[in-house]
Amino acid sequence: MNIRIIKENLVRRAMFGLCLFVFSLIFLMAFGLYQKSKPILAIVSLKDLLFSSSWHPTQGHFGLSSFIAGTFWVTAIAVIIAVPLSILTAIYISEYASGCVRRLAKPIIDLLAGISPIIFGVWGIIAVVPLVRDYLMPFFSRRFSFFPFVSDNYTGFSALTGGIVLAVMTFPIIISVVEEVLRTVPFEIREASLALGATKWQTIKYAVLKKARPGIIAAVILGVSRAFGETMAVLMVAGCSLGVFPKSVFDPAYPLPALIANTYGEMMSIPLYDSAVLLAAFILLIVTALFNMVGWGILLYIERKQASG
Amino acid sequence: MDKRRIEENVFKGLMVFSTFIVASSLVLILITIFIKGFPALNLDMIIKTPKGGYYLGKEGGVLNAILGSLILGTAATFLALLVSLPLVFYLNLYLKKNSRLALSVRFILDVLWGIPSIVYGAFGFTLMVFFGLRASLLAGIITVALLIIPIMARSIDEVLKMIPFELKEASYALGATKLETSIKVIFRQALPGILTAILIAFGRGIGDAASVLFTASFTDSLPYSLFKPVATLPLSIFFQLGTPFPEVQQRGYASALILTVIILFISILSRILSGKFTKHTIK
Repeated sequence: MNIRIIKENLVRRAMFGLCLFVFSLIFLMAFGLYQKSKPILAIVSLKDLLFSSSWHPTQGHFGLSSFIAGTFWVTAIAVIIAVPLSILTAIYISEYASGCVRRLAKPIIDLLAGISPIIFGVWGIIAVVPLVRDYLMPFFSRRFSFFPFVSDNYTGFSALTGGIVLAVMTFPIIISVVEEVLRTVPFEIREASLALGATKWQTIKYAVLKKARPGIIAAVILGVSRAFGETMAVLMVAGCSLGVFPKSVFDPAYPLPALIANTYGEMMSIPLYDSAVLLAAFILLIVTALFNMVGWGILLYIERKQASG
Repeated sequence: MDKRRIEENVFKGLMVFSTFIVASSLVLILITIFIKGFPALNLDMIIKTPKGGYYLGKEGGVLNAILGSLILGTAATFLALLVSLPLVFYLNLYLKKNSRLALSVRFILDVLWGIPSIVYGAFGFTLMVFFGLRASLLAGIITVALLIIPIMARSIDEVLKMIPFELKEASYALGATKLETSIKVIFRQALPGILTAILIAFGRGIGDAASVLFTASFTDSLPYSLFKPVATLPLSIFFQLGTPFPEVQQRGYASALILTVIILFISILSRILSGKFTKHTIK
């Protein structure tokens, strides 16, 4: 056989192998982390781990609930801030903005996505922490001294701080996905609506957004998952003190990813500690993988529907 | 003025406001880092390694972290390229356009892209334990490579998708195999896009801290062995800000400025590159 054909076939096999490797990577990760978290699951039930808030590794208590609550707080705050701002920005860029603004927007969003998480953390410490400590916290706790605003944490390192920093970090993913989705909405739909005498905003509200709704939901899901797993920036600004179950936006929050990151030094010295921490990583993997599968699944479905006519 | 007009204007105002917030958040971040970091920046920061007591305010710099990050980032990018490039060529040239395998690999890449870096770090840690490695440059390189494979593969994929179909056909018609077509025709045509993808992935790899925390650890000495821990710039910033001493925190801000400048430089370079290197490409 010709040497060129032999080369061709060898390379084809190798490439197929790479394909399988990438395909199996996510299962490998799940398997590896699950194997490592087995020892603790054998001793403590999953229910106890998820719903107990007692975290004393030296005594063998590994309750994750306050960390799960912390994750919930920062993610929720980030999403509440980021979603409306990102969607409005994406609509503006794709529907209203002039060519010049549009050309400027892309590099800005790319750059925002490319900045290191640690830089967001530094920015959070320099700018957002004082903002929360000196302005937001006194204002809200005086005016609205009820459920989510009451706290005795006056440091500025709080769930809200983490949420604000996270919100800025989730802008790029939500904006770029929504913009992409809006671009797939056929131009004729807009023209038909405008021809009926609708204003531009009415066209967007009743025609474009209706068509784009599944895609926007996907964008939000992807944004949630991004906020859910972000580690270093949150670790730096959210307070992260042990033994506090966050009940207010101004309480310090200690989300799961930050917990994993913070234990790197001591993890191997206490029995079962590494197992508990890797269980947290396993939970994080499963949740973000599910969110991403749903989000990208919706987008894939839209794309295929578009292609088939 | 009628109600519709008012609604139109209100929402338009809201949109302009949101866009302004998003854009100004980037500007604010850059300005804050610059204002805080610049006064603390000096030559010692860049050309010296931390001396004893550096984290207590004694003299030294972060050369160990700068070099460590560059070496780790470069090696990881190279490793990721070795996986991504053949993979993407396989997806685009060897598989049919609507093949199920191609569809599912792209889907998995998208999902992998959304997995947080701390999970990669934890996975890298389990791999390390499995193979009996200690926290080292090698473990860091492998973990960061895994982290940036999805980013790199998906960006190269976007580039290859844009390549005109006729180019492939012309090459096949001359009797070239798919491998020859890939290397001699498609690769050249896609080169500017591939370089951009490499730079994007490099920027991501160099800026990530959560994945190297467990796997590459940290050290005050310069990187000299694949099997020894290595310092990285993001972690260096993290540790310097974690100290209670204002002068060390100042240096943390300066290190943050160094990292930001590196990342800015990479992203500007990638913009310039995507415009150049078009000697062999067909418009």
